[in-house]
Amino acid sequence: MFKLKCDDFLIYDEATGTYSMSAEQQVRDETERNRWKTTGFTILKDWRLYLMLVPMMLVYLLWKYLPMYELTAAFKYGPQDYSSDRPWAGIYNFQTVFLGSEALSFWPAFRNTFIIAFYGLLFGFPTPIILALFFNEVKSNVARSVMQVCVYLPKFISTVIVTSLTLALFSGTTGGGKIGVISQLLDKISTSSVLHSKLNQGLVYTAEYFRPIYIITDIWEHAGYDSIVFFAAVIAVSPTSYEAAQIDGAGKMAQMRYVVIPSILSTVIIMLIMKIGGLLSVGYEKLYLLCPGPNKENYAVANVVSTWANNLTQNSTQGYGIAGEMTNNLIGMILVIGSNTIARKASDVSLY
Amino acid sequence: MKRKTEVSELIFRIVAYFFLIVFAAMCIYPLVFALSSMFSSWDAVRNNEVILWPTGKLQLDSFKFVFNSANFWVSYSNTLFVTFIGTVWCLIYSILGAYALSKKRLMGRHGFNFFLVFTMWFSAGVVPQFLNYKATGSVMATLFAGSTNMADIDLKWLIVLAMGMNATNIILLRNSFEGVPSEIEEAARIDGATELQILTKVYIPMSKATIATVALFFGISRWNGYFWAYRVTSAAGQNYSWPVQVYMRDFIQKETGLTGSYDIDTSDLANVGQGTSIAYAMVIFAMVPILVIYPFIQKYFAKGVNMGGVKE
Repeated sequence: MFKLKCDDFLIYDEATGTYSMSAEQQVRDETERNRWKTTGFTILKDWRLYLMLVPMMLVYLLWKYLPMYELTAAFKYGPQDYSSDRPWAGIYNFQTVFLGSEALSFWPAFRNTFIIAFYGLLFGFPTPIILALFFNEVKSNVARSVMQVCVYLPKFISTVIVTSLTLALFSGTTGGGKIGVISQLLDKISTSSVLHSKLNQGLVYTAEYFRPIYIITDIWEHAGYDSIVFFAAVIAVSPTSYEAAQIDGAGKMAQMRYVVIPSILSTVIIMLIMKIGGLLSVGYEKLYLLCPGPNKENYAVANVVSTWANNLTQNSTQGYGIAGEMTNNLIGMILVIGSNTIARKASDVSLY
Repeated sequence: MKRKTEVSELIFRIVAYFFLIVFAAMCIYPLVFALSSMFSSWDAVRNNEVILWPTGKLQLDSFKFVFNSANFWVSYSNTLFVTFIGTVWCLIYSILGAYALSKKRLMGRHGFNFFLVFTMWFSAGVVPQFLNYKATGSVMATLFAGSTNMADIDLKWLIVLAMGMNATNIILLRNSFEGVPSEIEEAARIDGATELQILTKVYIPMSKATIATVALFFGISRWNGYFWAYRVTSAAGQNYSWPVQVYMRDFIQKETGLTGSYDIDTSDLANVGQGTSIAYAMVIFAMVPILVIYPFIQKYFAKGVNMGGVKE
């Protein structure tokens, strides 16, 4: 008679000619059956730890994940609230936003989001690095601390104050008097006729000068604070590297080129990749405050996707806003995940 | 050779100092401008004659106006309430959650982490968030006021509970807790400490710098928060729970020519100057708390950012 060779889990009984399960296998099966029980015990033993997670999870569930439920409105007709039952619309809202009646306002908003983000990166990214390199030059600790206190400060001023002061400094005439202080300065130093023709209506509200002003105030707000990370990288460069370079006859520029820049390069690359990841999340609060609505000239350049969606307040158009913004945020998410993956591959360092 | 090095270094240093001094001055200038405008004569403010120093006949009327304005102080106290209670609330759930997440033995740790981090990658957007806050308001009204109208509850509580979330801060805390050696935890456990005692007696004292930084971040974002507080309170028409930022923006919109919505009337010109000068006084008042705590806590956040910014 054929006898199975798998003795370790089956035992052959010669007398009856039957198989029965081995003791080892019985133990194994028992362990397998108890696996979930053990897991349960571990969780039960650490129940305090899980209880600690509950408030945080609840907050995120209620006010970060539940809004995502509202995204279903992008696929439905009509007004949106929790109670009403509305027919599914498929991709009708998306069609309207991309190709239909809303396309003429959506695509410019999408373009504006990209342009503002791109210029913000182009001019906003190098400034903190330059600041950090310059801070390294200041040998007096007191002088450096004073300057650092000054340049970090704008980060902590509220958007309402920043935008109000921006509007004031670039304002046109408020009834017979002079124009805003920075506009006065520009009036003196500039020879551009376009600029002179626009000064009286307040530069922030013009289509030509909105973007530069927005980018400059953004740099003003964030550059000092962002320099912290780069400054930490610069002061980590060992002084012996400078000495070695000096003995080899390197001037200041050569030291920068061959000692400092290579040392901080990894930090720079990581920060750049992270910035690219956040490209599409343009701060809507500031744009909302600087661009009061379609009646101002700057609406054509300042209206980004989130402010565009925010303006579609009527029940019948709300679905369009949700659909458009969802597309924008999905592209943003792909950018973040992509940049993170690249960062991890390139240098074993990633934010998440 | 040596001389050449010195020259290039000197030039570089001069450029660096020049650039830094100009940039630092630019960062301070708008605040000096606001302070001067507050004390300048109303005509000078209206005609944009204030450049650096107080101009025209000096006055304390703007200061007095704000000091005596009941509405301003109501909104100010609202902001104080939201900042204190809101920061404490955010800190409590963030510290508890970050502590649990920092434990390797927590099952499903990666899942919980992803749950948190995903909110940094993707947000539902402005409109869904607003609909969600409105629904939250209705639910809170059902629970505490017996109606479904969110105007019936004090919206300050909605602002405190539902706003000011920040996943980066939680990750900052988590990283800091992960840096605490596990031997200390084991020692405490052998001495009979409970989980909560380990957190409050071991982990929190050992992560003081990070907690101070995170508290500062939460506090500042609460103090400066505008958009959602404005959307929620204006949807309910509830002016008495306006935070100071919303009140200030409303005042600037109605009483000054700055936002372009003020209808300038020749008979009103004096009022434009008055309103603008008062608005600057409000700006200064609203910045005082930040300016007061900022120098003390500044050394912490440089540290905190470096710890949490890039994680290996």
